[in-house]
Amino acid sequence: MKQKTDQHLFENYKRHLQREKKVVITWQVAILIFFVALWEVASRFYWIDPLLFSSPSKVIDLLITRFANGSIFGHLSITLFETILGFIIGTIGGILIAILLWSSARFSKVMDPYLVVFNAMPKVALGPILIVAFGPGYFSIIAMGFIISVIVTTLVVYSAFNEVDPNYEKVLRSFGASKAQIFREAIFPAALPAMISTLKVNVGLSWVGVIVGEYLVSKQGLGYLIIYGFQVFDFTLVMASLVIIAILAAIMYKVVERLEKWLIKHTT
Amino acid sequence: MSFLTLDHVSHHYFSKNGFTKALDNISLSVKEGEFISLLGPSGCGKSTILSIIAGIMKQTAGDVYLQHKSISNTDLSIGYMLQQDYLFPWKTIIDNILLGPRIQNQHTDETRARALELLEVVGLPNVAEKYPSALSGGMRQRVALVRTLINDPKLLLLDEPFSALDYQTKLKLENLVAKLFKNYHKTAVLVTHDIGEAIAMSDRVFIMNANPGSIAKVFEVPIELRNETPILVRKHQKYQLLFDKIWEELDKKESASKVVF
Repeated sequence: MKQKTDQHLFENYKRHLQREKKVVITWQVAILIFFVALWEVASRFYWIDPLLFSSPSKVIDLLITRFANGSIFGHLSITLFETILGFIIGTIGGILIAILLWSSARFSKVMDPYLVVFNAMPKVALGPILIVAFGPGYFSIIAMGFIISVIVTTLVVYSAFNEVDPNYEKVLRSFGASKAQIFREAIFPAALPAMISTLKVNVGLSWVGVIVGEYLVSKQGLGYLIIYGFQVFDFTLVMASLVIIAILAAIMYKVVERLEKWLIKHTT
Repeated sequence: MSFLTLDHVSHHYFSKNGFTKALDNISLSVKEGEFISLLGPSGCGKSTILSIIAGIMKQTAGDVYLQHKSISNTDLSIGYMLQQDYLFPWKTIIDNILLGPRIQNQHTDETRARALELLEVVGLPNVAEKYPSALSGGMRQRVALVRTLINDPKLLLLDEPFSALDYQTKLKLENLVAKLFKNYHKTAVLVTHDIGEAIAMSDRVFIMNANPGSIAKVFEVPIELRNETPILVRKHQKYQLLFDKIWEELDKKESASKVVF
């Protein structure tokens, strides 16, 4: 009898959770529909200039034609490729620099002012220099994605290395461990969660770097489509590109989030 | 014959704005198989002494000898137990214990078997493949003890290893450590601020002054107490006598320092 009431309470709790989830999703969908509808209606009744702000129906039409004739895939894949590469190189590069800084206190002291300046500086301003250095191709766009995420990664990961409880190091040193052994056994695994959380930040940063890079130089990609649409006054194209970027960035974020969960589960 | 010798050891901590003298002219010697305690208020440099003996820190003056060899070029292994267990949470219990052998490239099937055997000795069979988070505080400190013993160190340094535990667990662990160290004939230096623990565990108790840390007085623990287990020692009448004497000594120091301030 007692067990039955316990079970019953648990069922109630589960039902409550499900109801709550449904309410949240309903609201989320309602907000989306409301704004899309408002945009459509405002455009149809000329509350806003449809030439400038386009409308959802036109954007959807354009997306369907572009996907149907396949002309979007080239742009989409090149941007995705650049972003993923910039993300990976930026993250790994940042971690490697952090390891160098950790391994030598003197090197870290020497580098300190450079890191501060480089971090405070708007990296996008380096665009012209990158183009001169790497040429007006996707090489300099990837470099832009890299440069924008590498310093943040370096600083976050380096401070995570320094925040590891020094007593773990003490335990290892009482066994006579070398600096490399201390890093491998204590510092790296202890700082892993911090490293993983920089991944999420870097996804967003790489998108910024790549889109800005495409604004500046490219003849292809979603950033290029936005600038092109802006120049020829085709705002439907601009909006459609934005929609695709939003969806891709969200998917990439979710993938990294999955990766994060998997890594945490399998390394700790 | 002395096993561990500290010869006029001093230590300073330097900073940009000056320095503090943590240890002042410490001289002491420990015989092989002897268990000594350093007892004193916080800030008396107890932990600094252990770090110096362990070779983690280098003293600014004086010498430390282990079996008549300078501590820096001895290859005798030293076991170091800290206030908390500091088991690595991402490693299983057995991997935590085999950390030392692995770092020294002495990880063999033999050491693995010894690790499992020691786990049984401390009353923890069947935990080898678990993670530290699955164990209670007392169990974790017992694992840390095994990790310290696995390299078969000749000298053990204990930095308040029981202070983070509840009273009952602490007494049980004291009993276990005392028994193990006596059986394996280990030399040990215990740092503590608990008078009862110092008397119950050791052969000699060194009372320390603070700021800078120096040795104020040494008490011999009567032979009757040395052969008892730590729990039984606390019931002995001589225990109370010694406790009172040490209490008085520490109290005197405290009132003396009040006059200064």
